[in-house]
Amino acid sequence: MSTQATYNYKVVRQFSVMTVIWGIVGMLVGVIIAAQLVWPELNFVEWLSYGRLRPLHTNAVIFAFGGSALFATSYYVVQRTCHVRLFSDALAAFTFWGWQVVIVLAAITLPLGYTAAKEYAELEWPIDILITLVWVAYAINFFGTIAKRKTPHIYVANWFFGAYILTVALLHLVNSAEIPVSFWPMKSYSAYAGVQDAMVQWWYGHNAVGFFLTAGFLGMMYYFVPKQAERPVYSYRLSVVHFWALIFTYMWAGPHHLHYTALPDWTQSVGMIFSLILLAPSWGGMINGIMTLSGAWHKLRTDPILKFLITSLSFYGMSTFEGPMMSIKTVNALSHYTDWTVGHVHSGALGWVAMISIGSIYYLIPRLFGQKEMFSTKLITLHFWIATLGVVLYIAAMWIAGVMQGLMWRATNPDGTLTYSFVESVKATYPFYSIRLLGGVMFLAGMGIMLYNVLKTIAGRKAYDAPVLAPIAAQAA
Amino acid sequence: MDINDARSILTVLCFASFIGIALWAYSGRNKARFDEAANLPFAEDELPASRAGSETTQGKAS
Repeated sequence: MSTQATYNYKVVRQFSVMTVIWGIVGMLVGVIIAAQLVWPELNFVEWLSYGRLRPLHTNAVIFAFGGSALFATSYYVVQRTCHVRLFSDALAAFTFWGWQVVIVLAAITLPLGYTAAKEYAELEWPIDILITLVWVAYAINFFGTIAKRKTPHIYVANWFFGAYILTVALLHLVNSAEIPVSFWPMKSYSAYAGVQDAMVQWWYGHNAVGFFLTAGFLGMMYYFVPKQAERPVYSYRLSVVHFWALIFTYMWAGPHHLHYTALPDWTQSVGMIFSLILLAPSWGGMINGIMTLSGAWHKLRTDPILKFLITSLSFYGMSTFEGPMMSIKTVNALSHYTDWTVGHVHSGALGWVAMISIGSIYYLIPRLFGQKEMFSTKLITLHFWIATLGVVLYIAAMWIAGVMQGLMWRATNPDGTLTYSFVESVKATYPFYSIRLLGGVMFLAGMGIMLYNVLKTIAGRKAYDAPVLAPIAAQAA
Repeated sequence: MDINDARSILTVLCFASFIGIALWAYSGRNKARFDEAANLPFAEDELPASRAGSETTQGKAS
């Protein structure tokens, strides 16, 4: 298998197309639950009620949309920068079909109400086992490909992808440790109890942000930004230093999700300090990506794919400034449990994760089908603007709503009683929920445009597998 | 020595190794190898199809 003359583009094609499909599904569920917050009467059956659809939305956008994008790009980048075909075609096929089964099972069990009740780790134990199998196959395939590379160096994108694969394996195994009690209905209990359970959960939760939603997508950034800008990364040395800074720091930031809880105070403070330190490696990545364009800024005017990639880095910079700020205990006292958190998450998820994925998929799709470019560059531009306006509407609405909620909840009268009842804060939030819904609908509409563009690009075209080329001589030294 | 001493030592070791990594990354001796690594995405004669793709994009830019 290792001597075959082409790269394995098949698995990249499969995951790339499913990225668009699952993006639409996951964001549609997001739009539905946003509408349910505006019109509660939309909760008409229990299977489609807010409480059951909300974990379906988060799992679908993170693991189905984001996960497919990460599989597609990591498989593509590792082959092209190592100049070898994937380690195993069979394992690649297994990761694709296994991951799709995981997603379908999630879409069935979450509406049924089967949940481990751990955020971003809701899936029940039989699905957890399947995830483990898929992930081990993925790790073998990825690191197996690196092991047989034809280049002397391991390109920095592969370091980020490798860190994401290893760490997600560790996070999943530790946080999903549970005692099964029945297969159907699926039910298990966590292996941890009390505040330890909460700490393990948020060690997992924040590192899912740090390694799934950050390290993996930085891997994407380090390949597709230089390729689309047609110049090497601004500073390779900075990429090495900020990689290791990110690795050493992220692991300790989880306690900031548990400020002012039963978690020991010193643990909260440690979490806050490490979250503040995280600003440095995060901005290292952001600066490195954006500065890659230095001397070629004019390309931004006309290339909508580059617009997606560079705008995603701007959102990455914004949300990694906002995150450390929100981890400060006194700021957290205002922001926590409000819609500010939701705004922050979507600034990262839509602005950073989705936009870098969309840009990368637009880069990939024509190349995977032997095309020069997407069917319509104008439609990519349209997608870019509708998506950007959607994100801005979404996060601005949630920022205002969140700060307002925090201020209303903490307001007291001179005699010490609360100025506002909770329901008054809900009532005041209504207009912002409507604006948020509009932002979400716009982002979803952009994905619809993308699907049309992708289908027109690949319609009637033959799948194309690029030949494996030896690294050019100058690089093989 | 109790377990907390070991924890403190580990933290210090992590910090020291990070300083080591930063020095290693920015030492002049390694400049060439990092420049070489930075060019890995371009260490390939891209296919006619994809090369033409990027040229078309550029063509529209000018």
